[in-house]
Amino acid sequence: MTVPPAASRPALAPLRHVGVGESPRRRAQRLRERVISALLRACAFTGVAGLLLIMVFVFREALPVFLDPEVKKEASLSAFFATGMWQPVGDVPKYGIAPLLIGTLKVVVAAMVFAVPLGVMAAVFASEFAKPALREALKPVIEILAGIPSVVLGFFALIVLASWLQAVTGAVSRLNALNAGVALGLGIIPTVFTVSEDALRAVPRSYREASLALGASRWQTAWFVTLPAAGAGVMAGILLGLARAVGETMIVLMASGNAAIISGNIFDSVRTLSASIAAELAEVVFGGPHYSTLFFLGGLLFVMTFGINVVAGLFVERLRRQLGGA
Amino acid sequence: MTGAAWPAAVLPRPALAKTGKRDATGPLLSGLTGLAALLIALMVLVIMGNIVFFGWRAVTWEFLAASPREGMTEGGIFPAIFGTVALVVLMVVALIPFGVGAAIYLNEYARPDAWFTRAVRFSVANLAGVPSIVFGLFGLGFFIQFVGRGMDRALGLDVVWGQPSLMWAALTLALLNLPVVIVTAEEALRSVPREMREASMALGATRWQTIRSVLLPQAMPGILTGAILSVSRGAGEVAPIMFTGAAYFLPYLPTSPTDQFMELGYHIFVMSTQSPDVEATKPLLYGTVLALLLLTFLLNLTAILLRARMRARLAGRT
Repeated sequence: MTVPPAASRPALAPLRHVGVGESPRRRAQRLRERVISALLRACAFTGVAGLLLIMVFVFREALPVFLDPEVKKEASLSAFFATGMWQPVGDVPKYGIAPLLIGTLKVVVAAMVFAVPLGVMAAVFASEFAKPALREALKPVIEILAGIPSVVLGFFALIVLASWLQAVTGAVSRLNALNAGVALGLGIIPTVFTVSEDALRAVPRSYREASLALGASRWQTAWFVTLPAAGAGVMAGILLGLARAVGETMIVLMASGNAAIISGNIFDSVRTLSASIAAELAEVVFGGPHYSTLFFLGGLLFVMTFGINVVAGLFVERLRRQLGGA
Repeated sequence: MTGAAWPAAVLPRPALAKTGKRDATGPLLSGLTGLAALLIALMVLVIMGNIVFFGWRAVTWEFLAASPREGMTEGGIFPAIFGTVALVVLMVVALIPFGVGAAIYLNEYARPDAWFTRAVRFSVANLAGVPSIVFGLFGLGFFIQFVGRGMDRALGLDVVWGQPSLMWAALTLALLNLPVVIVTAEEALRSVPREMREASMALGATRWQTIRSVLLPQAMPGILTGAILSVSRGAGEVAPIMFTGAAYFLPYLPTSPTDQFMELGYHIFVMSTQSPDVEATKPLLYGTVLALLLLTFLLNLTAILLRARMRARLAGRT
């Protein structure tokens, strides 16, 4: 909210009745105003409380991994890296999280390689080159993509896309990191596109006009003037997409094959952090090593996405400062 | 393009433009951006086309009104539709007062630089980025294990609240969608002109009277937009409800908030990954996907139209 213009202030001031002869009705009204304002403040606080409670309760359930000696026998920080096997169900459970970390990395990198160039270039097209009618036609397309629930993208990758990709690549396992990466990429294109396009459109017209007036062509203007000027915003879009990709669950759960193996091959089946939680949590013993480990993985996801989002927020802030003066 | 060529005829071109190599990459680059946009549009078309093509025959009245039979290879999806509707209704009821209240506070009461305001804005922005599966973990750890179990202990009950249920799933989804509602409601409040507030207060109305009888009616389309968007998102989210209340299959409909429920998105997941015979399930699976898509798109379309009207009003003024 901006500061009201000076002229409007004296007009509002006399409304605060602090007079001596205040009627009981007025006093009741003032009390009610104060109660309501406190209630609204409490509503606003639910946002803060929600975030804090998520942190507290996800980490609380993960705490036995650090503290409980019974749990630590099987699942502790050192146990997570002592073995390269993720076999939480069995006579001798193994909680090596390396395959999950590598799996997540593979799928996320595949998704970013697919989604970032497409999303950013389409955003440049929409803001710099497309005729207004074409731009207006592109918007609903992106909105449709953004509106597809992730379980539907997962379904499409599982039933349709996997067969198509296998026919093209000849991969042995139908469900693999590439399949999950492409589907996940589809899921984050709207984020990358929308944030980047907003940033590009926020670049003042005068920048483009100055560049064009100096004799630069339209693509030179887009490439050397507009895109660098909006760079912080495009970066924010990429980071927000990255955070979504790291945390996204249903798409990878359905499309990746979920085999926890350590391999650098993009055509191998993979299991990610988020998919492990989703696939295993329903069958674990409450409070046991497996349960605590899954909450630990959740905490890990939370920390990673939170960190990425905070950095993305800094980029948004920087863009606002850079373009704010114009 | 002609607009760009004009100054070049009058002024010497900058050094940048003189290298012939770059002149050749120029059209290529702009062409590539168009290609990227085209590719995205094509992929959306293929996905939607595939689902509509294989799904539309399955969506019949019988399909929408019957229960699954024969290991989900026959029958319909009525329990899942019912569960989804019950879930999002409960969610909206819990969500709207808090979300709109928070938006009113942020837009009408808060000083923008106060630490509390900043903390709220920071939290809301980051809440929107928390992975949905983490919300699922939170729902299990907080609502079911902590609140639910606590209530059971305090009331001396066996296990009533301390288990996955419609209510806990709805509350988990409500928290997930809180940022959506706050952001859209704030936008709606901002679109109400200053003069309206001033006129109302100049007539002697208090702050709350102004909000209740001037701002809220004006901001209603925006608040509705947020509510609809949250419903559409809520109907499609599966990860947060997997452990907090959704069930594989239930022979009965949920009748109380402590019951478990079937849900469309979760039903899709179950049918496509747990079915013993995916080929036999396929027609019904496609039908379910189409039903969910239709539901979310109709909701989204309504939200987009409402928002467009609101933005037009805002643009018309400034």
